[in-house]
Amino acid sequence: MPWIVKNLWLIPALPMLAAGLSALAPRRQKKFSASLAIGSMIIGFLLSLCAFAHALGQGEGARQVCNFGWFQFGDQWLQLGWVLDPLTAIMLVMVTFVGTLIFIYSTGYMAHDENFTRFFTFLSLFAGAMLGVVIANSLLLLFICWELVGLTSYLLIGFWYHKPSAAAAAKKAFITTRIGDVALLLGMVWLYSQSGTLLFYNGGNGCLEQSSLTALVAHTTSFGMAVSTGIGLLIFAGAVGKSGQVPLHVWLPDAMEGPTPVSALIHAATMVAAGVFLIARVYPLMRSGAGHSLEVVTWVGAITAIFAASIALAQNDIKRILAYSTVSQLGYMMMGLGVGGVAVGMFHLITHAFFKALLFMGAGSVIHGCHEEQDICRMGGLRRYMPITFATYAIGTLALCGFPLLFSGFWSKDEILHSAHGWPVSHWPFYLGAAGALLTAFYMTRQVFYVFFGNCRLHLGRTTASEQRTMEHAGLPAKEHPHDELAGEPHESAAAMTFPLIVLAIFSVLLGFIGTPAWPWFQKFLGGETGGFTGDVITLMIASSVIVFVGIGLGWWFYGRRPLEQSEQPDPVEVMRPDIFSLLKHKYYIDEVYERTVIAFNAWFARACDWLDFWIWNGLVQLVSYVVIGVSWVSRFCDEFVVNLGFDESCKRLTVGGRILSRLQSGRVQNYLRVIGIGLAVLALLMIWGCRPS
Amino acid sequence: MSPLAGYLILSAFLFAIGLAGALTRRNAIIVLIGIELMLNAANLNFIAFWRFSEHPEALTGILFVIFSIGVAAAEAAVGLALIIAIYRHYKTTNVDEVNSLKG
Repeated sequence: MPWIVKNLWLIPALPMLAAGLSALAPRRQKKFSASLAIGSMIIGFLLSLCAFAHALGQGEGARQVCNFGWFQFGDQWLQLGWVLDPLTAIMLVMVTFVGTLIFIYSTGYMAHDENFTRFFTFLSLFAGAMLGVVIANSLLLLFICWELVGLTSYLLIGFWYHKPSAAAAAKKAFITTRIGDVALLLGMVWLYSQSGTLLFYNGGNGCLEQSSLTALVAHTTSFGMAVSTGIGLLIFAGAVGKSGQVPLHVWLPDAMEGPTPVSALIHAATMVAAGVFLIARVYPLMRSGAGHSLEVVTWVGAITAIFAASIALAQNDIKRILAYSTVSQLGYMMMGLGVGGVAVGMFHLITHAFFKALLFMGAGSVIHGCHEEQDICRMGGLRRYMPITFATYAIGTLALCGFPLLFSGFWSKDEILHSAHGWPVSHWPFYLGAAGALLTAFYMTRQVFYVFFGNCRLHLGRTTASEQRTMEHAGLPAKEHPHDELAGEPHESAAAMTFPLIVLAIFSVLLGFIGTPAWPWFQKFLGGETGGFTGDVITLMIASSVIVFVGIGLGWWFYGRRPLEQSEQPDPVEVMRPDIFSLLKHKYYIDEVYERTVIAFNAWFARACDWLDFWIWNGLVQLVSYVVIGVSWVSRFCDEFVVNLGFDESCKRLTVGGRILSRLQSGRVQNYLRVIGIGLAVLALLMIWGCRPS
Repeated sequence: MSPLAGYLILSAFLFAIGLAGALTRRNAIIVLIGIELMLNAANLNFIAFWRFSEHPEALTGILFVIFSIGVAAAEAAVGLALIIAIYRHYKTTNVDEVNSLKG
């Protein structure tokens, strides 16, 4: 077995080790923990490149696994392992590369936070867990890392846990994803009971290989559904929770309470893509049978794509817009997996990871430069103050909109739309996706015009003394910027923050060219079939370009012609259709609906249980106690007048003796323990004495 | 020295540390921690003896320890609850001051 396959575990293990070490580092060792984290990621990146080169040398679709037994129960071994195939290799390179850049960016963004080392501990732990998800060859190992990823996500969203909103968002994220994870766990158990293994690939015996797939398809459950479909849907439910698909998307926008590098790394580039990656990993299972689970994947993805894109239209928080955009793009990826296979979905995942990380880090730079202002109505004109951020942000925006030919988002999104167009079941996903693309171009144009064009609407000196104090209490990074407060004007961020932006911007452009219809290297590498450069493709490309231009044009029409003068001025769309705008602004009232239904039901159930406890069970216990009291009355009667009189005399004697003995019982438990300890030692000595060879 | 002896010495150390903590500390929580350490030393002994016994495939040791860990978790919960109850009643967790077991 080649060296790199045998030692693939090093890639997740190194960041984990870094996390462990910097967890022990004292708070002031900022340089130590940052260099440890970044160093481990860079080594991980180099190893990933080795792995990538190895996978490249093996040719298309080749797969090497390394399995080992974890523990034995009965006569079965529970096996774990890792796998190196093109999917793993590409994800490894993407995660380590984007991760490295975001780590570097974090050193700038979090420089003034006093919990800097804690931040890097969590971040490294996250990177290790995520890489573990990527290399896992066993659903169990994947699940373990998956849960670790969820944990670190919780820790990082709640990083500023002094803020009540951050603590609430962390809990919301954790609980919402848990709903999906329970389904995933059920799917895993079911899969194990049916196929007897959780290894994905094991020389013909793994659960994703032909023999066990045939068996899974052959079984049917009570609803006439193949077992494979049932398991596939349960696994997909896990992915829905993690990747923020409808209806479990509610946690992702709230997760923006965390520090911006976290939003970029976890809630845009890597962790939320884990759900998509999971579906790509178990794709053979999803496809088996009649592919019914893939139909569900497609519909959920398509609905999510348009649903989240429409909400993003009416949001004013810069990070929230990007969050909904992430949800929407994840919907595209799911749809791509459903209609086109692994290569289509994964291509969008990779390009999206780059430009969405870029956008989030750009947003972080904007927020940083505007003194922690997140409301886009209060920005404006930043183009002049932050040229590098503006240029990179514009590239990210164009990539996300899918601006034709030059930008990576165009190629990957077009690929999805093309596959959706050819989907035999229904044309609706295609229409939904195309409408979503229009909305995407529109809301991104709106955001860019709000933030970077027009006049600067930043309320300078807005932070009053009391607000400053609450921020200090919350441990926000704003507090330790004495020079910023004096400067007042928005300013460009430090080099540690702009450098990753530039690198990511370059990749946002270049990455598209590895998967164009003219040269579908990426799709071939992942082992998918490619359509080729036909007339059909060109028509669709033109159509989607027109959609993008219309979206950007509409955005300019509404927001570019007459930029906002004051931050309180209503949105042009709001003026036109206040009803729809308010519906979108309140996110279709989904949170409120959940509040009224699921959460209300939960609270009601808890109250009902409390009532039951108090009245029924407590009542029963009380009833029993009254019976016992009655019996004891009778018993007391007997005692007092029959037994006691005789006993009293002898008892008096005993009391005297007892009083003498009771001095031994001082009431100090540790004294008793001491006596026991001495007794134990004496006993041990005696036994050693007795057993010595004579 | 056989590997078994190494594990036994480690567990003896663990036990001694736990015992010392349980005997010398005055804070009830530390005493509880000491007791947990002693319990884990015993668990380690179980595992070690099982692993180096003649029939390690028979899972007896590991099952015993799994139960023991489970029971220990329950016991720790009860212990902590007791400490909280004691604290509420006496406003202290110093075990020297809680001597109403005195005869």
